[in-house]
Amino acid sequence: MSSSSVPLIQTYAGRLPAHVVSGQEAQIIPYPNSRAPAPPPVEVVKATLGRPKLRFDFLGKFGATVFPTLLMLITLLAIWEISCSSEGVSFPSPSRVWSESHDVIVHPLKGVSIDSSGLHIAENGDVGIAGHIITSLKRVALGYGLSAIVGIALGILIGQSLFSYRALDPLFQVLRTVPPLAWLPISLSIFQDAGPSAVFLIFITAIWPVILNTAAGVQTIPNTYRNVAKVLALNPFEYFVRVMLPATVPHMFTGLRIGIGMSWLAIVAAEMVQGGTGIGFFIWDSYNSSLLTDTIVALIWIGMVGFSLDRIVAFIGRRVARQA
Amino acid sequence: MKHRSFLALEGINVAFPTKTGPFVAVEEVDLSIEKGQFVALIGHSGCGKSTLLNVIAGLQKPTRGVVFLDGDVIEKPGPDRAVIFQDHSLLPWLTVEENVRLAVDKTAQGKTRAERRDWVMHNLELVQMAHAAAKRPGELSGGMKQRVGIARAIAMSPRVLLMDEPFGALDALTRASLQDAVMALQAQLNNTVVMITHDVDEAVLLADRVVMMTNGPAATIGEDLTIDLPRPRDRIEATEIPAYNHARHEILHFLHQRHSNPLDRAA
Repeated sequence: MSSSSVPLIQTYAGRLPAHVVSGQEAQIIPYPNSRAPAPPPVEVVKATLGRPKLRFDFLGKFGATVFPTLLMLITLLAIWEISCSSEGVSFPSPSRVWSESHDVIVHPLKGVSIDSSGLHIAENGDVGIAGHIITSLKRVALGYGLSAIVGIALGILIGQSLFSYRALDPLFQVLRTVPPLAWLPISLSIFQDAGPSAVFLIFITAIWPVILNTAAGVQTIPNTYRNVAKVLALNPFEYFVRVMLPATVPHMFTGLRIGIGMSWLAIVAAEMVQGGTGIGFFIWDSYNSSLLTDTIVALIWIGMVGFSLDRIVAFIGRRVARQA
Repeated sequence: MKHRSFLALEGINVAFPTKTGPFVAVEEVDLSIEKGQFVALIGHSGCGKSTLLNVIAGLQKPTRGVVFLDGDVIEKPGPDRAVIFQDHSLLPWLTVEENVRLAVDKTAQGKTRAERRDWVMHNLELVQMAHAAAKRPGELSGGMKQRVGIARAIAMSPRVLLMDEPFGALDALTRASLQDAVMALQAQLNNTVVMITHDVDEAVLLADRVVMMTNGPAATIGEDLTIDLPRPRDRIEATEIPAYNHARHEILHFLHQRHSNPLDRAA
């Protein structure tokens, strides 16, 4: 019991030794050297050892994100290969796809030529898969471009005016549930021609998310921004350019991103009418010719291109949002 | 004709329609403010002080009553009544300079581009934010954003400066340094200011006059206290001046004894 030799005093904080309690009067003690001049700068020796390690870190990080994807891919291919390689299974295995559709896989650019006057795609239909993709992308560009312009305009209209919102929103809500293929007969009867009706099909599929997201963006502009605009007495044009557009850009691009995905979904339906060219036609054609392996290759291409389109629109959206 | 103050609220009533009939937020408010006066409006949450400020700003139409500014009836919002919002309300897609510039472009008609640019920078310097002119609001701290908000408002050379709980969202230390900045600005510019607050110390330190509001619904002015303290005021020295402590006590008494927080009473 050696500690009991220190006398303890009862305080608010409990029983404490006398020397702790004795400092009754609070006193501000200046921090030593608080006004002293800064110490002379120490010469910094640049280390050169860090670099290689950094590169390993980068590779490690890259590997950590890509490795699971690669592993999944290989596992999936292995399961597919094993389950489809036994006798009597009609669905082609990956190795059969590779051997039977070899030409389609390794010569995607057949019939596509580039010269000084631009890109040319052979007219006779004997075109590699990349050629079909390019044809489809042109149609999507037209249909999607139109839906972006019209969709944003309509979205701003119904977002800004409660009257037009009440008038048009029910119509849009009903029409947006109509599947792309259902528009096909209507589209054909309106345009009497396969080309424009394919573009219309893409347009009518992609426009709804653009309209509805833009409208939601306009409606959810924070009240404080509106108040700022009122206090500054911005005129309608200034309000549109300086406040509404920049505030709506993120929503707009959400709609545009969903829209590009849907327009790519509609392309197969659109090109079943179009005939002759395009990735949709290619799938239809390979199905009619019982070339299932070609269809599989086309599916992979469609998936990759759709993924890229989505990423491109997302990238543009981020850039515009930063500029706005 | 009777004399009318620079800013005069006469018989202001504000009611909002609800399902169960109109909700009267503010009732029979008469308030006269002289030019160059700094008035703090204080009261518990929901007492209609923001509503009153919005009426002066023109953002809210009174159900009954009129607001006169320098003899003109206020009917709609305008840049002659700059508002400093609690959440600073800077546009995040514009830089600090562009945010102030937007306000200057609307108010500095007839000035050249160079003059406007100089005016923007001058006002940013007044709030010590010139160094951040090229930054976007997202890169700034809360206190810095509010400094820019103040710069935007004073750059409009308003006839009345309206502050809606300007420092409510800031931490205590930042708030103190912004209060000092506002006092320094006021010493230079001598604006007519209406500030909403629920901070008693802030009201006494900054204002020439503290207007206390009763609790809503149907809130009105309960007491009107003139703060007779010499300027410049110093937050540390002020605590030793009897008049400061007296004013503080008066307001605290009003807020906590006579018109205590309705939420506390309910609980």
